[in-house]
Amino acid sequence: MKYTEEHEWLVEEDGIVTVGITAHAAEQLGDVVFVELPEVGTTVSKDDEIVVIESVKAASDILAPLDGEIVEVNEAIVDEPGKVNEDPEGDAWFFKVKASDLSPMDDYMDEAAYKDFIG
Amino acid sequence: MDALKRTPLYDLHLELGARMVPFAGYEMPVQYKPGVMKEHLHTRAAAGLFDVSHMGQVILRGADPAGALEALVPVALKELPEGRQRYALFTNDAGGILDDLMVANRGDHLFLVVNAACKADDIAHMRASLAGCTVEEITNRALLALQGPAAEAALARLVPYVAAMRFMDVITAASDFGTLWISRSGYTGEDGFEISVVQGQAEPLARALLAMGEVEPIGLGARDSLRLEAGLCLYGSDIDESTSPVEAGLEWAIQKARRKGGARAGGFPGAARILAELESGAPRRRVGLLPEGRAPMRAGTPLFASEDAADPVGAVTSGAFGPSIEAPMSMGYVATANAATGTQLFGDVRGRRMAVRVADMPFRPATYKR
Repeated sequence: MKYTEEHEWLVEEDGIVTVGITAHAAEQLGDVVFVELPEVGTTVSKDDEIVVIESVKAASDILAPLDGEIVEVNEAIVDEPGKVNEDPEGDAWFFKVKASDLSPMDDYMDEAAYKDFIG
Repeated sequence: MDALKRTPLYDLHLELGARMVPFAGYEMPVQYKPGVMKEHLHTRAAAGLFDVSHMGQVILRGADPAGALEALVPVALKELPEGRQRYALFTNDAGGILDDLMVANRGDHLFLVVNAACKADDIAHMRASLAGCTVEEITNRALLALQGPAAEAALARLVPYVAAMRFMDVITAASDFGTLWISRSGYTGEDGFEISVVQGQAEPLARALLAMGEVEPIGLGARDSLRLEAGLCLYGSDIDESTSPVEAGLEWAIQKARRKGGARAGGFPGAARILAELESGAPRRRVGLLPEGRAPMRAGTPLFASEDAADPVGAVTSGAFGPSIEAPMSMGYVATANAATGTQLFGDVRGRRMAVRVADMPFRPATYKR
């Protein structure tokens, strides 16, 4: 698992990267009450704001961590946004992107580096 | 910037795992471990304990403090019986709202509870304007709110008489925690109490309440969603110096005696505008707003009459997700022509026009014990 400074986690398998937010991010956000996901088939560029999360406190974005195409989204967290708080690093993944360029993965943090990052 | 102040319950908040934030010059708990959603629902289901010690507690004494204070508020206070409390507004000469407050008749004096962010200005305003009255800020007492359907049963274990109180009654009660000044009121739409307690007894009282199964500590985050579901204004967001009481839909706080033709009509700052608006309406109104989707419409969201209208007809002043109504909710100001219940409007959320309907408030009916 890799981590971004935007508190996303990424798991790559056969060129498809599953993206969610970390438990730390979910805790900081507080109760999530609304999630808006991109449409399957959308072509995204790294750092595009492609997800909106609204918590009881505020709205925030999730950025595309890679260039590619959205191949699957997790509708379950749209129907039940609270799942993001219950299982952020498991069932409550956000989207899967078929990466056209996997090289940024090398620059993202591993678990130890992310733990240092969040202090 | 001045150092943040702490309430007498600061150490207890930390011990309870609160996340502390700056609020109106104080370090206050925004939430505890369960989080805003669970804290909100707990308050509606059982009882929540809130530290509201940042709010200003003021005693007004004089030959006729109620008569004197009427010069600053459009509210009838001379008829307020001993042992009763009433909602009031300080207005300015332009008819705007300087603060909203509670006024209790405690026999030989009036007891006021004012907003934390306004208290210094309110006290200066009263001292400058109320000849013949002494204005004493109470700085040696904390203020706790106990809110929710189990509040009565919980507090009655410590002060049995509270079970006999009705909404907006105020009493002075001896207790194991010193003399308590209790009102049956609050700002959540729930039945409940506000309890003024001497500083040194605040933590023991809070611990005694929290030791009861029904009572959990609740932070400012849930306080905000609770008051918004109840349709109650947050000063500085939903009402301020630029909003009049009639625009804000607070006519109910202006009794007949202070209106045109009343026994003591006018005689408060901004009376010309406020009395005129009571007669013929205001150009805009505070309304409840229910977005049709799940996305909350936050404060500042501009509101439009149609999907493609160029000019807004108003804006949201408070918006959040309502845990009890399980839907997003907002309040805001719109032109009176667009203010009728059921009117469809569009809020600009992240560049998109999202449908929203004008709705009656409260979004969730209050459960006061009348």
